[in-house]
Amino acid sequence: MNKLLRTGVALAALSLLVAAVAAGSADRSAQASDTLVFGGAADPVVLDFALISDGESFRVLYQMTETLVGLKPGTTKIVPQLATSWKKSADGKTWTFNLRKNVRFHDGTPFNAAAVCANFNRWYNFRGALQSSSTSYYYNVVFAGFRYGKGALAPKNGLYRSCQAKGSNVAVIKLRRAFGPFLGILTIGPFAMQSPTAMKKYGADKGRLTADGVFQPLGTYGTAHPAGTGPFKFSSWKVGDNLEIVRNDDYWGKKPLLRRVIFRPIADNAARLQALQTGELDGYDLVEPQDIATIKRNKDLKVLDRPAFNVAYVTINQAVEPFDDLRVRQAVAYGLDRARVVKSFYAGRGEVAHEFMPSSIPGYASNVKKYAYNPAKAKALLKAAGLTLPVEVEFWWPSDVSRPYMPNPKNNFQAFAASLNKSGFKVVAKSAPWNPTYLGRQQAGTAGALNLIGWTGDYADADNFIGTFFRTEQEAWGFNDPKIFDLLNKALQETDLDARAALYQQANRYIMGTLLPGVPYAHTKPALGFRRSIVGFVPSPTTSESFASVRKLG
Amino acid sequence: MLRFTVRRLLLLVPILIGLSILVFLWIRALPGSPAEALLGERATAESIAQIREQYGLDDPLYEQYWRYVQTLVQGDLGTSISSRRPVTTEIKERFPATIELTLAAGFFALLFGIPLGFFAAKRFGGIFDNSSLVLSLIGVSIPIFFLGIILKWIFAVRLGWLPSIGRQDVLIEADHPTNFYVLDGIVTRNWEAAWDAVKHLILPAIALASIPLALISRITRAAVLDVQNEDYVRTARAKGLPPRTVDSRHVFRNAMLPISTVIGLQVGLLLSGAILTETVFAFPGIGTWIQASIENRDYPVLQGGILFVAVIVVVVNILVDLSYGLLNPRIRLSGR
Repeated sequence: MNKLLRTGVALAALSLLVAAVAAGSADRSAQASDTLVFGGAADPVVLDFALISDGESFRVLYQMTETLVGLKPGTTKIVPQLATSWKKSADGKTWTFNLRKNVRFHDGTPFNAAAVCANFNRWYNFRGALQSSSTSYYYNVVFAGFRYGKGALAPKNGLYRSCQAKGSNVAVIKLRRAFGPFLGILTIGPFAMQSPTAMKKYGADKGRLTADGVFQPLGTYGTAHPAGTGPFKFSSWKVGDNLEIVRNDDYWGKKPLLRRVIFRPIADNAARLQALQTGELDGYDLVEPQDIATIKRNKDLKVLDRPAFNVAYVTINQAVEPFDDLRVRQAVAYGLDRARVVKSFYAGRGEVAHEFMPSSIPGYASNVKKYAYNPAKAKALLKAAGLTLPVEVEFWWPSDVSRPYMPNPKNNFQAFAASLNKSGFKVVAKSAPWNPTYLGRQQAGTAGALNLIGWTGDYADADNFIGTFFRTEQEAWGFNDPKIFDLLNKALQETDLDARAALYQQANRYIMGTLLPGVPYAHTKPALGFRRSIVGFVPSPTTSESFASVRKLG
Repeated sequence: MLRFTVRRLLLLVPILIGLSILVFLWIRALPGSPAEALLGERATAESIAQIREQYGLDDPLYEQYWRYVQTLVQGDLGTSISSRRPVTTEIKERFPATIELTLAAGFFALLFGIPLGFFAAKRFGGIFDNSSLVLSLIGVSIPIFFLGIILKWIFAVRLGWLPSIGRQDVLIEADHPTNFYVLDGIVTRNWEAAWDAVKHLILPAIALASIPLALISRITRAAVLDVQNEDYVRTARAKGLPPRTVDSRHVFRNAMLPISTVIGLQVGLLLSGAILTETVFAFPGIGTWIQASIENRDYPVLQGGILFVAVIVVVVNILVDLSYGLLNPRIRLSGR
């Protein structure tokens, strides 16, 4: 009897616990309908746009800050933002921006020409650790020179000369040389306008270089008091747990539909997916390809595509004989079964690339020479080049890595090797760990005649793709072709958008026809997962999308 | 007893020096370097060289180690490369989460492990005994991350009873004076927050407890079986003491000694298990942080975080050693 009683009590206690747990789990759908919870892979580094280069910081800061010129949602088309109009001088070195009136930063400071100049001058006057590319990556890469910079970072090597406020609503920016991508570059977050008063008050530039070479901010601007002009403003940040931003009711434009957005750092992919399924998250970025089917099957969830902004390609090193011969390079292009690789290993997220840049960027040419898989033609070309078949070729692929444009390098390599072996080549496989061995060899031009690599864009400009690759002589490619160097340098300096686009189209045709420095094979569309009740999110190729247009149904 | 304690504490010094050297060398033996990690695929030979110089990575190892020890002695564990925050700040903010999780898992392992082992021994060879054996084998061998995902799938995704990530529902307003969320809820009389924090602990604690629970139940079973056949137990029975009194006064108490040894050893296991568990449950403790630092090659965090965890494990084991001295006079005497 005693025993029975004890068992009974134990069972009762257990069921009580279960009942309590079940009752306590709040009905997630009844969650505040004006709050959106979004999952990232990590915390932002710091909420100061000038000092970061990571995607998580970008995502949050794009909600709170704005740039002089912006991008039309979902595209790379340049549209007015904090500047309502602009004009450039004939020599392309002086840019005059007419600024939006009656705009205030979140701390109440008026946005005007003086604020614009304060931002430009802040970057230009960075000293010490702030000049390091691990701190101010984008300014370092794009504008290069600092007022107190030395060597490669000396002022004369830079792009920026001065900024002048003409009255309160006109800012005149002078450059040291004509620079085509200037407007495009101003659309990216690191050149967003932040409140000069708040930056000064909360010590945005205060910090020290630690023994490990890391810039450690000592002010509180980037951790507790960021101030931009954007539709949302900072509310709170508990590192490792969540970051909250709230609607800026004084926003100059259309006010956000949500009252607040909460970002949660979740490093584990499976954990992000499950949290979306339970409703703990309303959406998350960087859905793994293998999880897409799971999300699509669930009637409460949906997948959104981010337009492709990367390229995967096979490098052909012309310093290695006989690849200096165009016919041999063409044989490689015909011998790579790109359609099969994209179909087999990209989980429906890839498209075959025909150029070294995605089609969303101005300058993409619709009529370049295309190379469909054709082993017979490849063999014929090799014979025409006077070679005995099979032609031995060292082909490198990176191990221990997965990139958005190359989810599984080994799969890509094996499929390519098989198709090349059918096309008159004899592939010698070589591989190395991605970082630093593989990347080092790839850049030094010692990773065989062929190797797998790719690129994800920093900003929406052709120069950030084909300019980066082919504007200068590089050991990775092993060619010296003044024609393409000149063409791309001319395009770089051209400031008329249409004329630039035409030059890049010409360059793309030349690259894929006469030069054929390698074979681009894939662009991938990253996926975002959302609850079906979330509408109005327009993914941007450069991840600059705003949550202001997002709302929650029901 | 004092001498015994002092000796144990003195032993800490060489252990800590050895640990710091091990961690230091291990980090440097990893492929890649923070320079490449920082710059990613945009790294050029010059920028890598520049950062290597900044970091002093080209200096001889003993110089690097000496610099490291110098900052260490000042209580400075360096600054995270990825978050740019001091490592000590991150530990301060994150360690309470890990302690909370580890305590919950330890509590769970004891609460179920000891009775499970005890009853298995009492019903030696029976169905209960055999099924507990099978269960504990599963407990020991199932990977934590897999168990975590399965638990979440059942209790969070399918049934919707429990949350799947984090320590607290982000929609709950709560203050965190101590950073121990359950305690915070109680201290601030925010019962909703306290209960929510408990719910967030249940699944990760079960996942983390799986291995210690299985081990504790096996050890308990073996210890109880051992003690059961001792003369004094037979005598107690022969005296006519009720079986429950024999079990609780004679069998269980004596069986507790080996069990307490195992419990001490579990702390290391729990802390290392916390790395996986926290990652799967996006639980913002030391574990997720170390896991992320491995991926980012965040050397200062790896170095500082691992050293910190190692020191905790060593200190806890010494505390356990000392507690034996209190529990068992035989150990104390042999220390003389």
